[in-house]
Amino acid sequence: MGKPQPILSSLEAKDYKSTVKPIWCPGCGHFGIESALFRALAHLGLPPEQVAVISGIGCSSRLPAYTECYGFHGIHGRALPMATGLKLARPDLTVVVASGDGDAFSIGGNHFIHACRRNVDMTCIVMDNEVYGMTKGQPSPTTPPNWDCKIAPGGTGVSPFSPLMVALASGAGFIARGFSGDRNGIAKMLVEAIRYPGFALLQVLSPCVTFRPEEKDWRLQVHPSELPTTANWAEATRRLAADDGMTTGIFYKAELPLYPATVMEPIDQLNAIETELTL
Amino acid sequence: MTTLVTLEELLAYAQTMEEEAVERYQELTDLMEVHHQKEIAQLFRTMAQIESKHVDKVAGLVADRDLPHLAPWEHQWLDADSPESVPIGQERYQMSPQQALLLVLGCEERARDFYQSVVDSSPDPAIRQMAAEFAEEERQHAQLLRDWLARLPPDAGKKAGRVDLDEPLAQD
Amino acid sequence: MNTLVSPMDSVAVAIVGSGGAGSITAGSLLLEAAGRIGWYGLMTRSVGPQIRGGEALAMVRLAGAPVGSHGDHFDVLLALDWHNADRFVDEVPLNANSLILAEAEAGEPPAVIMASGARLVTLPLESLAEGVEEGRPNIVALGVLARLLALPLDELLIVASRALERKGLDVDLLQETLKTGYDAAEILDDSIRALPPAPARGTRWRLTGNEAAALGALRGGVRFAAVYPITPATDLSEWLAVRLQRVGGHLIQAEDEIAALNMVLGASYGGIPSLTVTSGPGLALMSETLGLAVAAEVPAVVVNVMRGGPSTGIPTKSEQSDLNMALYGLHGDAPHLVLAANTVSDCLSATQWAVQLAEALQCPAIVLSDQFLGQSQAVCEQPVDHDGLGVASRLVAVEPGSAGRYDRYALTDNGISPMALPGTPGGQYTADGLEHNAHGIPSSRAADHRAQLDKRRDKLLHYDYGPLWADEEGDGELAVVVWGSATGPVREAAARARAQGLAVKVLSLRLLFPVQPTRLSALLAGVQRVLVVEQSHSQQFYGYLKAHYALPGEIRVLNQPGPLPIRPAAVLTQLLQWR
Repeated sequence: MGKPQPILSSLEAKDYKSTVKPIWCPGCGHFGIESALFRALAHLGLPPEQVAVISGIGCSSRLPAYTECYGFHGIHGRALPMATGLKLARPDLTVVVASGDGDAFSIGGNHFIHACRRNVDMTCIVMDNEVYGMTKGQPSPTTPPNWDCKIAPGGTGVSPFSPLMVALASGAGFIARGFSGDRNGIAKMLVEAIRYPGFALLQVLSPCVTFRPEEKDWRLQVHPSELPTTANWAEATRRLAADDGMTTGIFYKAELPLYPATVMEPIDQLNAIETELTL
Repeated sequence: MTTLVTLEELLAYAQTMEEEAVERYQELTDLMEVHHQKEIAQLFRTMAQIESKHVDKVAGLVADRDLPHLAPWEHQWLDADSPESVPIGQERYQMSPQQALLLVLGCEERARDFYQSVVDSSPDPAIRQMAAEFAEEERQHAQLLRDWLARLPPDAGKKAGRVDLDEPLAQD
Repeated sequence: MNTLVSPMDSVAVAIVGSGGAGSITAGSLLLEAAGRIGWYGLMTRSVGPQIRGGEALAMVRLAGAPVGSHGDHFDVLLALDWHNADRFVDEVPLNANSLILAEAEAGEPPAVIMASGARLVTLPLESLAEGVEEGRPNIVALGVLARLLALPLDELLIVASRALERKGLDVDLLQETLKTGYDAAEILDDSIRALPPAPARGTRWRLTGNEAAALGALRGGVRFAAVYPITPATDLSEWLAVRLQRVGGHLIQAEDEIAALNMVLGASYGGIPSLTVTSGPGLALMSETLGLAVAAEVPAVVVNVMRGGPSTGIPTKSEQSDLNMALYGLHGDAPHLVLAANTVSDCLSATQWAVQLAEALQCPAIVLSDQFLGQSQAVCEQPVDHDGLGVASRLVAVEPGSAGRYDRYALTDNGISPMALPGTPGGQYTADGLEHNAHGIPSSRAADHRAQLDKRRDKLLHYDYGPLWADEEGDGELAVVVWGSATGPVREAAARARAQGLAVKVLSLRLLFPVQPTRLSALLAGVQRVLVVEQSHSQQFYGYLKAHYALPGEIRVLNQPGPLPIRPAAVLTQLLQWR
């Protein structure tokens, strides 16, 4: 043979898949995201027990139970602060957040902004199907204004916002978008996102086959960015301002100061602190 | 156009294609089971078993060669994903056997097209030959699927055609 | 233990001033100096709404035994000026035995203050201060008080220079200013109200309840905290932030209270004992997350420094009106720990114990402190290591899955199931707010819900809480049942009642949930009359006792809402009327 062996991870994508069968509908885009995550983790060679998947509530947030990693299926909108606490307490772990457009941008909007700003090392996957899937189809902050639904007949009349621009303005240093139909594309970006030493945001357009069947056309509309990733904030702003919402790729990746502290070895003993209080 | 340089590369691609096909069919089997579409689940289970045999076959060809390690995204498929896997998002709740088989047929045809593109683009005769063999196999698989489709009883998928009267249900 | 028997056993001094007069500083220095020579004491403060320059009142009570509350009257009111001072009239009750020392140039005291019948003496504090370079009237006033209380000047100088050198004040000039006041107070030599100097004592501390709670958390093993600022809890977080870092921990300020508690859960899930600190409005925001901690069985401690409610209420004042929310404020059947501190130093024990219990029982613990305890400075005994207090210990799954599949929520005899920490191979599970089976898979089945509800309830019920659950003092057919900061005035009233020959038992509950009805009945065996004392408008504590306990004999309730503290005399009157 003679050829030097490349260093291979002995882990395969299927090592990250638990025996729990997903309840996502046939045709759901989330299957692609799950698959991509497993491929990325396998490629990185991260033992499943070293990875924690934190989620809120929604179809997206069912993901942790489908993995062989540690997981926490928390409450609606609060995955990001929970992941933050975990990472600060256990910097040795790889922390991935699984969230959705309602979970991250509506009820979780405040936490989203501050997670971008704080830059604690974690990867946040927002599975954006532009609807609240789990509660039978309500509009989310990324739903178009004219989408007719029961809770807002004729549509909300309220325009969606641009989560990636919000992320950029809030200080996120890694901003990317993928499409669930391209799991290899997502997997590649996830590898970079997980490796990124800070808060990495990956929005994945993921059609909801049950409540937004028209989203099946997304696969014809998404297209990769023609421009390479920029590390320049102003340039990223220009690109996102011109973004059609269907462009995939890593828009922005910059070196930013990491959140400065975690739980670590002590400097002092408690006794030294207690003498402060002594008369 | 996918230009492969070595036989090992071609085998690596073939291995990935078959393994990913198995994974995807297993995923589809599970999801159809969860949604109580037994007939379709069995169809995909059968396909998973068939593709498993192809995995073994490719493994036999690989023997003790050193295959290059390619990350999933480093494969230059003709489309975004491996040709032989049912693309994400294409399956449907209450799809009929015809629809399912057409999906599978699509996989085989895309696999055939991929190998054909290798034949058409490779300067290496050994690669062209192996790729041609693979392409021919996929053609045969496609034909088997067309036969399967033709054999479907006329009322196959009648149950699937029955609209689910229940509304989709809230969970959390 | 509070052994104050009569008002003559203590001296109470109030100092009021505005616009940067420094009354709070003066009060704090007085307490510290008195503490150094052996007195015990308590200092609280009251302020106007301004951030700076508002009217400010320092209330100091000194005694030969630990002080748990303010008394019924103040012996001395020292006024650096009278601006808006009538806002404090309810907090500084005076009588004919009281002495008012007022700045000579400050004009007439408010009529409502003079109506007490107190004796007024004016002193030219301002012009005395002007006579010394950098002289300040509040330091002159301290010199006056030193003479009045027979406090050695050099003790005051030591504490003043330590505190004020940082702010640029010269030590020699301080000394001169103090002496100026001391000399000027010669005219008060007939009014000396000192306590005799105390004998030499062991190590004593000067700290606030908030500092004590923070230290209790550290002693219990907390190494991560996430908080959101809110009055009157913020100074706890600030004290904790610095010390936590020194012991290798970390405190993060979150974007809101909901984030804070979720961060705590994340860190705790990762294996680190974690805590948050808030007040009523913040605890209200945390309800849903507390329920998650219960359902997913994740340890967490929330210190609630209660303030006047409801809603924004009275942020700078104390009340015991969050009891209902702490006990019952979670949706679903969500049993969890509720504890209360009953003195400033007990804030340490209660919090430390809460950390231990939360970790041992894998559930959230709410520790109820209040603004009075949290922000009072006390000179007290160094908190000893109680029996039962130590570093928290969590049942961690060491080799999960080695004996078959690891079940995070396995049904064990005592309801506590080993917890696998992330990073441990074989222990992977998904913690979930959804109801689940023993393995942690979500389940809506009746048997699983029942089994897990039983588990979460029974683990709390079966635990042996030991002697810390309540403080019991005295004996008699008349008992007072109390909790939190109301304990201080109750203990003092009980001591006075006993001095008048009335046997009184005092029971102060530290563990509010799970309830301990058998143990309470045992402690109240033979009691014929029970007085319930609490600082809430709607008798929340009485409602709690009625719901969960069988109180013997006749019951009466003495309750009032904040902002004013319960006075010992008010309790004593009830006791004596009921002998």
